[in-house]
Amino acid sequence: MTLEWIGDAILLLVVLPVVVYLLRGVLNAANSIVPSARQIAAAATAGSKDLDATALLLTTQDQVQKTIEVAADYGGSLDVILDDAN
Amino acid sequence: MPAAGVVMIIAVVLIVLALVYYLVSTIVALQRITNALDDAITGVVGIIEKSAPVDEVVTSINTNLDAGVDLLEGLLVKKAGLSDAVGLVEGLYPGAAAEGFRNFPESKTTKAPRISEVYTKGTLTLARLGREAPIAAASPNGPALRNASYGSTAARILYPEVRQTRPGSMPRSPIIGTDSPVQYEPSESPGVRKRMPVAVGAPAEPSAETGGVVKSGLAFLRRLKSDDQ
Repeated sequence: MTLEWIGDAILLLVVLPVVVYLLRGVLNAANSIVPSARQIAAAATAGSKDLDATALLLTTQDQVQKTIEVAADYGGSLDVILDDAN
Repeated sequence: MPAAGVVMIIAVVLIVLALVYYLVSTIVALQRITNALDDAITGVVGIIEKSAPVDEVVTSINTNLDAGVDLLEGLLVKKAGLSDAVGLVEGLYPGAAAEGFRNFPESKTTKAPRISEVYTKGTLTLARLGREAPIAAASPNGPALRNASYGSTAARILYPEVRQTRPGSMPRSPIIGTDSPVQYEPSESPGVRKRMPVAVGAPAEPSAETGGVVKSGLAFLRRLKSDDQ
């Protein structure tokens, strides 16, 4: 009989607090991850939107190529018009 | 049932309740985390897809720009000479001469002529295009060729000779208005005067209706011929 009371006491005073303590720690850790995960999701979405302009790089590429071609033509004409320094 | 058994059952029930409560809460939190990570994964995939061609495009742009730099540097050094080229770049972008040209390592040690202290950017361009003499090469280490603050001759000689040095030799501007000494009539055809202007008080030309236009046209052709000669 005494052993049963001792077992009850251990369950109520040791096992239950330990279980509650451990589970609360797990829950707190999981809850602390939630806002971080949401911030990561928001940052990834914003970063994806920022990269919408990368399609314009194709236009920049074409413009740079045309500009260099025009500069090359202009330089070729200058090379013919102007004498060399030496 | 003994009291100890009842207490034990209550303790077990409490433990199970605690387990259920905290485990269910943990499951809910993990589901929120999963949803947020799904959103993050979607965004990251978008970033990866959108940034995939960036490397190729930027490499192409850099290649073209490198070719442009090579072209312009080579042309500038070829036409102006290394020393003047460094001076021109230093004049347009102060401090750039220290970095030198990419394809001309010796340009880093070239003493840049003080071109910008003597001439303005426009004058530099005109002088470079119009003359082949290196500007300021005669005294790169000496005093400026002209006082940039007060000297104006170098700038004035860029304009027509008479207007700057002998403005008194220029013809006077015509006096216009109803009281002007010379009266002009509106022409019927552009470039041809109805009759030559007559000063107030001078006798009028005869037969203005018949011969005025012809005479003024002949006079115009005569002046044109003399100008050509």
